[in-house]
Amino acid sequence: MILHQELLERFRAGKVPALARAISIVEDEREGFQDLLHAVLQREPSTCRIGFTGPPGAGKSTLVAAAATQYRAQEEHIGIVAVDPTSPYSGGALLGDRIRMNDLTLDPGIFIRSMATRGSLGGLATTTKEVVDLMDAFGFDRVLAETVGVGQTELEITAAADTVIVVLVPESGDAIQAMKAGLMEIADIFVVNKADRPGSDRVVKDLRQALHLRAGGVGKNMPAHHGVDLSRLVRQERSQDAPSSEGAGWEIPVLSTVAQNGTGVEELLTSIEAHREWLASSGALHVRRRARARGRVEDVVDRELRRVARRSGVMGANLDPHLDLIQAGEGTPYSVAREILKGLLR
Amino acid sequence: MPDSERKIRVLVAKPGLDGHDRGAKVIASSFRDAGFEVIYTGLHQTPEMIVSASVQEDVDVVAMSILSGAHLTLFPRVKELLNEAGSGHVLLTGGGIIPEDDIAELEASGVGRLFGPGTPTSAAIDYIREWFAGQEAV
Repeated sequence: MILHQELLERFRAGKVPALARAISIVEDEREGFQDLLHAVLQREPSTCRIGFTGPPGAGKSTLVAAAATQYRAQEEHIGIVAVDPTSPYSGGALLGDRIRMNDLTLDPGIFIRSMATRGSLGGLATTTKEVVDLMDAFGFDRVLAETVGVGQTELEITAAADTVIVVLVPESGDAIQAMKAGLMEIADIFVVNKADRPGSDRVVKDLRQALHLRAGGVGKNMPAHHGVDLSRLVRQERSQDAPSSEGAGWEIPVLSTVAQNGTGVEELLTSIEAHREWLASSGALHVRRRARARGRVEDVVDRELRRVARRSGVMGANLDPHLDLIQAGEGTPYSVAREILKGLLR
Repeated sequence: MPDSERKIRVLVAKPGLDGHDRGAKVIASSFRDAGFEVIYTGLHQTPEMIVSASVQEDVDVVAMSILSGAHLTLFPRVKELLNEAGSGHVLLTGGGIIPEDDIAELEASGVGRLFGPGTPTSAAIDYIREWFAGQEAV
């Protein structure tokens, strides 16, 4: 077993190559990675985790770079992790987010890491959450995590970030799109980037209206109609423990930016700060961190079980006699699985 | 994932002032198709930027495309900075318009193989794969 002791010491001493190597070890799940994470994570999470998600080409990388530049002006140390897709055909990836961040490359207060999804479908790579943890433990004041360009249902960023920013563009669709489930529900802050393009005012307006509807604004302002109190109806419709931040006093802002020239970035940072304060004062930060911890334990158990199954060899050639049974109609996938699990969990 | 399936991470960089990035893009795409994880940094990189990025990304290979004629300056400088950064284990390779004599001189100085015009992309891919397999075996 490899203990990575020397690496740990350099990591704790703040050596950048040690962080970079630790990330590789975790990303590749090389031998000893669990112990490395265990050693590094024995502390309270402290960094401010900000997630950026949205469709491809919305300007996430440029916005992240603009935000990081402003944070640097406040002397903060910033970790950035940017995810791009792995090819399902070759297993390779072209990670191009650094292109938008070239001005930050030489700043010793900024660390940028590109990750490939490696088959993960949630908008992040399998181990992006762990990499954010590593950056947290390394001591960055903020960690900015950028997803791949997403569609409507890649929502894993909520498990990695305290504050989720959904970045859209003026072409992002109409009022109905803004009311749909999924991506539109996870934002703590909406940003309409490339706001110098035509149509941006309309998207901002549609978003605000959709948020107003969702927050029960319509029912709230309506007197009991035909004896029915609509506001209660609307409220009941919302799921009790959904991780959405409305309803507890956070009004989701809709901001306009032009990341390319920095327009609106300051307002974005102000909103992030306000959200941070709300998270802390409302107790939501605690709730989110707890939910994150729960998800992570489930993840690790899941993955370890799969690893145990793979290592035991039952899934390989040993499966053939069972498959014969299934094909002969004498067994089913369920009876075979039950037998395998019995052996593994003994 | 067993270590033998470890992804090869390659930084593809275009140092200096020339803006001819077709070659770098072709090589980046074919590396991707070969199953490498390619970090593409774009144009106008200084040696310092290239080395800083390669440290943060913990890459196995740095591949530079140089068509400006500055190869005799840029390759040794990047090699030197990699060594200073504790990244002496990283393979520095590349290609471009580089005369035979210069290639020989650079390769003798510790730079990896350099590829000229007309090289099939598979040659560079095979070279990196072989080098990587050699590293793993150590």
